[in-house]
Amino acid sequence: MSVPSPVILWGPLVPVLIVVGAAMVGILVEAFIRQSAMRRLVQTVLALAATGAAMIVAFLQWAVLKGDGARIAGNYLVSDRQSLAWQAILALFALMGMLLFSSRTQGEDAFTPLASVAPGSTEEALAAKRGFAQTEIFPLGLFAAAGMMLFTMVSDTIVLFVVLEILSLPLYLLVGLARRRRLMSQEAALKYFLMGAFASAIYLFGASLVFGYSAATSYAGIAASIAAGLDRQPMLLAGVALMLVGLLFKLGAVPFHAWTPDVYQGAPTPVTAFMAAATKAAAAAALARLLYLALFGLAWEIAPVLWTVAIATMLLGTVVAIVQTDVKRMLAYSSIAHAGFLLVALTSFRGDALAAVPFYMLAYGLATLGAFAVVSQVRERTPDGALGAEATRLGQWAGLGRRAPWLAAAMALFLLSFAGIPLTAGFIGKFVAFRAAIDAGAWPLVLVAVLASAAAAFFYVRLIVLMFLTPAPPEFDESVEVTNATGPWLVMLVAAAGTILLGVLPSPVLELAHQAAILVP
Amino acid sequence: MFPFLTVLIVLPAVAAIVLRALPASARHASRPIALGSAIAELALAVVMAVRFVPSAAGDHQFAQVHSWIPQIGASWAVGVDGMGLLLILLAVLLTPLVILAGWKDDDDADRQMKYLGLILALESFMVLIFAARDVFLFYVAFEAMLIPLYFLIGLFGGEQRRYAAVKFLVFSLVGGLVMLAGVIALYGAGPGGSQGFLTDNLKGLSMSTTTERLIFVAFFFAFAIKAPMVPLHTWLPTVAQTARPGTTTLLVAVLDKVGTFGMISLCLPLFPNASRWAAPVIISFAVASVIYGAVLAIGQKDMLRLVAYTSVSHFGVMVLGIFAFRQTALEGSAFYMLNHGLSTGALFLVVGFLIKRRGSAQIADFGGLQRVVPVLAGTFLIIGLSALALPGLSPFVSEIMVLVGAYPAARAAVIVAIVGVVLAALYILLAYQKIFTGPVRKGLEKTPDLSLREKLVTGPLIVAMVVLGFVPGVALTVLRDPAAAAITTTVPANTAAEVSQ
Repeated sequence: MSVPSPVILWGPLVPVLIVVGAAMVGILVEAFIRQSAMRRLVQTVLALAATGAAMIVAFLQWAVLKGDGARIAGNYLVSDRQSLAWQAILALFALMGMLLFSSRTQGEDAFTPLASVAPGSTEEALAAKRGFAQTEIFPLGLFAAAGMMLFTMVSDTIVLFVVLEILSLPLYLLVGLARRRRLMSQEAALKYFLMGAFASAIYLFGASLVFGYSAATSYAGIAASIAAGLDRQPMLLAGVALMLVGLLFKLGAVPFHAWTPDVYQGAPTPVTAFMAAATKAAAAAALARLLYLALFGLAWEIAPVLWTVAIATMLLGTVVAIVQTDVKRMLAYSSIAHAGFLLVALTSFRGDALAAVPFYMLAYGLATLGAFAVVSQVRERTPDGALGAEATRLGQWAGLGRRAPWLAAAMALFLLSFAGIPLTAGFIGKFVAFRAAIDAGAWPLVLVAVLASAAAAFFYVRLIVLMFLTPAPPEFDESVEVTNATGPWLVMLVAAAGTILLGVLPSPVLELAHQAAILVP
Repeated sequence: MFPFLTVLIVLPAVAAIVLRALPASARHASRPIALGSAIAELALAVVMAVRFVPSAAGDHQFAQVHSWIPQIGASWAVGVDGMGLLLILLAVLLTPLVILAGWKDDDDADRQMKYLGLILALESFMVLIFAARDVFLFYVAFEAMLIPLYFLIGLFGGEQRRYAAVKFLVFSLVGGLVMLAGVIALYGAGPGGSQGFLTDNLKGLSMSTTTERLIFVAFFFAFAIKAPMVPLHTWLPTVAQTARPGTTTLLVAVLDKVGTFGMISLCLPLFPNASRWAAPVIISFAVASVIYGAVLAIGQKDMLRLVAYTSVSHFGVMVLGIFAFRQTALEGSAFYMLNHGLSTGALFLVVGFLIKRRGSAQIADFGGLQRVVPVLAGTFLIIGLSALALPGLSPFVSEIMVLVGAYPAARAAVIVAIVGVVLAALYILLAYQKIFTGPVRKGLEKTPDLSLREKLVTGPLIVAMVVLGFVPGVALTVLRDPAAAAITTTVPANTAAEVSQ
């Protein structure tokens, strides 16, 4: 098989190119600007400008796009309304993520000043004292964001693998860069890396088996060979199953979820926020395209698998979240549950799902970014009076509503959105997702989903109870501190405004989502 | 035409936001502002009621339909028939009374502002839910009003308030989310399109028997939790015991009616065949509620729990009347919804006054109050007698209508339910005896009698019950057509043909 070099239409790639370009410039900035404060400033501005510009360009491309979209690099990449919608969403998440990356409280950001030295060593203390700042986080974050945006355009199994690595590698690094609790952070990074590498390898194995069946790596080619009904079915099914493992891993679906709580807890909170929102969105986009373009002919075979995974994911996510005592871990399990709700929509194999999934992820991502922004503001105070790590034990949130009413109110709003209470974005998201499933006759699945939602509400509400209805023990006045950094506040504002707006007047965005429910093969 | 309903929905919400936005220096004005807006709301509702055309009480008047989320078929559709009108009147009458009753509950101006803001937000949702003519809008109100209620219970209440708030929320959410599955499925069974959730577009659908039954069960489950039916009632006594009497008044007198209201205005018209199919089972549970509620009421030591259990019993009677599919019984049920709101609302408020005086809700802590506070005792007695359906007071009329009307359809059930009515006499009179008769308990000799403010709270409710007791026609004229409409849609085609022959 010869691989012709594709003719690339550069225009539709502009949003991705902006972000990649900014990341590369960022690396040069690392090399050439030596003064740490200046470098930080330049990196921050660059990252924010690039992600913001990418979002605007994605919108512009949507406006000028004629028809549904087109292939832009042979069979490898497409640009259609679905991918543009995802790119806009991901660029927004990246922008909000970068805001969190750049936030500092009392001159300290969430990242270790010198990642290469051992935790607790004198070198580390020295680096902190000299005011070192790790500014590679911005190019790394941008590379990941660019990979995610590209991920939504891929229509070829091998390119999907390459892009999967592009978005994963920077994340593996970022996870290990926490300033506090560095051992936990490094442990998380190692776990994520090992498991992620396995998942990628398994995906690649699956892709090669599918290639063995269909002699094609393009989605169109695979779809054609499935339609032709060749007899090597077991090979195809085994290959598809393994490919799904790789993507479900990124989505955080059971039984490939085990990394989620440890990584979410160990990673620096800005990274957790960005990952939880954006990686999941990108994985959902890629999964939808793979399922609906390449594997549509196998819907009958795949649906039971997805049903099983969806049910297991929803149940495990909610049930285990109930017993969590750490806010970040609780949000991690809740994100697992949300992956399950998302799969409920995807099992339908209907066009509605392609409108429901982006909307759902937008609602979920906004609430996630907002919630982690709040988490980053609730801090411990060390005995000597300095600001410590985040206060993530549930008990430490007691009485937050009295001490920081707006912060707590925003958190409550995000939790209600997670729980799917009407007049929040989460409700509309759940509504459209479940409707896609019910229209396809999957009402038992939806019944499980609503019951899981009810159980999930229990632990969301428990946090609200803690914040508003539980008086704080007096010693908390000293040991827990609520900070007021600008970045997280901006993120919270955007997320809260989006959550309310999408909950009360979702009509315009739903309209866009409906237009986006199209995939160009 | 003046958009009465929309204004009635928006006004309290705006007032709640105004309260929230008051600067700290002006928070002491939150009570007059809240009361003023609640009275304005009542006045507006009265004007609307006067403009209501009784001869067309079966139609939904003051109707408005605006596109809201066309992509999912949801509209801002409001309108009231006679039943909705009466329930809205009940809600907007009770709100100012509750505000007035709790006038001195908070010393802290900040807490006061929060409490009143939540009450007004709740009022907004109460009007919305009885006016909604779109299933999606109804569902949104059904779920969203849990939030102000949750905070009302959890922030302002007795010792176990956190537990009570969570219990309430979990029960309600489970019901609501199961209903959500039904709501989505209902849209799929309907005509779809950008107005696919309008209640009127969802009537007379041809669904498969199984689909109709499943969707019906999803809706009914949520309503049975709301209108606490045994065995889904356990949240109510917990909440009633811990929440403020004002909150409980609105919850039991108005919000629980959403359950029975939903049964009449959604279950019966939208799922006529499934309603008939399920009726025997539902009636059994209704009768179980009547008896169980009454028996447990007798055994209660806490006044608030006692009233809560009497409500479980009364809701059983209402549900019995609804699922008997008889004009008189259904009309009686709808009327009972109003009367129960007046009677139980007043009972909770009076019990609240008693608790305020004694600092305890335990019946055993009272005794001999009749001699000390004759007016309070008299008020309690009248309201209590209304709860046991004494002739001359309006609950009597509705209870008789239900029992007599349902008798041909469900004889055994009615006979058993009558036992419950007899038990009602027992639990009210026993409570009265323990609290008000006998020797005066130590420490109660100086108990103050009802103040003017408190008389203003209970007065209107008693007057309403006496008036409706002697001239029930005022209300029944506007309930006849809605009840008839709910029945006719539930008559299967073949039966209707037999009747016409």
